[in-house]
Amino acid sequence: MRLEIKDLRVHYGKIEAIKGVSVVVNEGEIVTLIGANGAGKTTMLKTISGLRPVTSGQILFNGEDISKMPAFKRADLGLSQAPEGRGIFVGMTVLENLEMGKYNRKDRKKEMAEDLEKVYHLFPRLKERAFQAGGTLSGGEQQMLAIGRALMSRPKVLLLDEPSMGLAPLMIQNIFNIITEINKTGVTILLVEQNAQQALQRAHRAYVLEVGNVVKEAKASDLLNDPAVRAAYLGTGAH
Amino acid sequence: MANLKSSLNLRDKGAEYWERSPKWRRVALSIFFIAICYALPFLNNPLINTPGSDFQSVLFYPVGMYVLMAIGLNIVVGKSGLLDLGYVAFFAIGAYTMAILGTKTALNFWEILPIGVGLAMLSGVLLGTPTLRLRGDYLAIVTLGFGEIVRIFAVNTDSIGGSRGIAGIPTPPDFFNAKFTILDPKPYYWLLLTFTLLIIWMVRRMAARRPGRAWDAIRQDDDVAQLMGINTRKYKVWAFVLGAAVAGVGGVVYASQILSIVPDQFNLNISILILACVVFGGIGNVWGVILGAVLLAFTPERIRFLSQPRILVFGIALVVMMNLRPDGILPKKKREHFDPDWHTVEESGEGEIK
Repeated sequence: MRLEIKDLRVHYGKIEAIKGVSVVVNEGEIVTLIGANGAGKTTMLKTISGLRPVTSGQILFNGEDISKMPAFKRADLGLSQAPEGRGIFVGMTVLENLEMGKYNRKDRKKEMAEDLEKVYHLFPRLKERAFQAGGTLSGGEQQMLAIGRALMSRPKVLLLDEPSMGLAPLMIQNIFNIITEINKTGVTILLVEQNAQQALQRAHRAYVLEVGNVVKEAKASDLLNDPAVRAAYLGTGAH
Repeated sequence: MANLKSSLNLRDKGAEYWERSPKWRRVALSIFFIAICYALPFLNNPLINTPGSDFQSVLFYPVGMYVLMAIGLNIVVGKSGLLDLGYVAFFAIGAYTMAILGTKTALNFWEILPIGVGLAMLSGVLLGTPTLRLRGDYLAIVTLGFGEIVRIFAVNTDSIGGSRGIAGIPTPPDFFNAKFTILDPKPYYWLLLTFTLLIIWMVRRMAARRPGRAWDAIRQDDDVAQLMGINTRKYKVWAFVLGAAVAGVGGVVYASQILSIVPDQFNLNISILILACVVFGGIGNVWGVILGAVLLAFTPERIRFLSQPRILVFGIALVVMMNLRPDGILPKKKREHFDPDWHTVEESGEGEIK
């Protein structure tokens, strides 16, 4: 399942937030978009998942242009997003949140037990807290829930928005290990991150986004050693 | 906080008792309560008698009518979280349909009822489809405007009576032994009660199934609901239309009882009061909403002996109650370990460090 974004432009009112960005995510890859606050990373994901309208450009999902398709239909195609700020349903229990991830699956009753088992295997904490309200979970647990819920829809492409945001270092390691594990089961991943160090270590390829433009595109390991990237995003090299 | 907690427990205990009850006991309890509701007009107790107006009339309007409308508005506000401040418009459309068709055609109440409900639903679609893109406050303002437009349209349209309204609306035909006359509000009350029970049953069934889940998700986070593959526009319009249908039923029944209607009966106050019933009783919980509607409709009538200051007293009582129980009298059932301050958690989620 290949995701290709061609010359995407997105506006907030009169302000152009994405200024002609092209990104390719090949099947089986982890591709990361890194960049500072306000670079347009979250806008990119929201536009791909359909929450923001495009001004111009194409979003090709397996060759089909989905840029005009409403968000709920994109979800049906196998495009699943774990939203930023752990957008979980705080008033539903953990289990109910996970069930919501299956809302539109035709075979949801047949698949439910099996997929719950998979998610609980990846995130044992969620099983312990299955009957607790989502809003009472810690930040890390909410992030697990957001990713677990996205997995319940058996996504072909998983969009992850800042999964490390606000988490303790140990939890960040944990989350990224699981992201790698998910990718190994065949899920293509587009990862948006401010934590460039972790993202570049895990991803195959990377794009550097600066105020709505892609300024660099390379293999993730190359960017990890790129002096300019190190100075700007990894907090070393300038010293 | 202490009294909030203890009464929360009372509510949860009630729900628990119900869930643990075998089917026969549930059926028996339901029949018992329904029978009490039907027998209410025969009550003659000085404690609940309403000075200034007769108790049986008060039972029909405002009590029964507020209960019905509050249940309808609860679908919109409580279940799917859409703030509708123009709910009275659908009530007016139902009432005017009854009034116009009742006076100008030979159709009777039972034939007009589906037309009135249909027109209310249609106006719900027409209003909902373009406006439900808006969220929160913006939706509230647009619906508020719609409520006023309907009323002002009626005031300025002479062919439907203008500000003098429509008089001589026919009563429903006799139904077995029940005779619908202006003098006896009891059959109207029973009619309204029957509709109300049917609607409660329908709403409960729906809330327990997929639409209920979708509304729940939309209320909590519209964007995330879309990411789950929920067609949020469709479900929002549906919530709106079902709410409108309930108000339409209310309007048709109301007009057939009151015999003459004027546009000013359908003012903003009604929308606000019905919303107050929902909030006061406990948003999202149908039993709370019913209790809220009964109290808000009945209390001003009961304290009518206070004459002028009664609305002031009523207002103070409301403010005090909402301070003591900000979630309403019977709030929606809370989850295990549920944190009632979840909305602040949501807002402060970003900087939080585990």
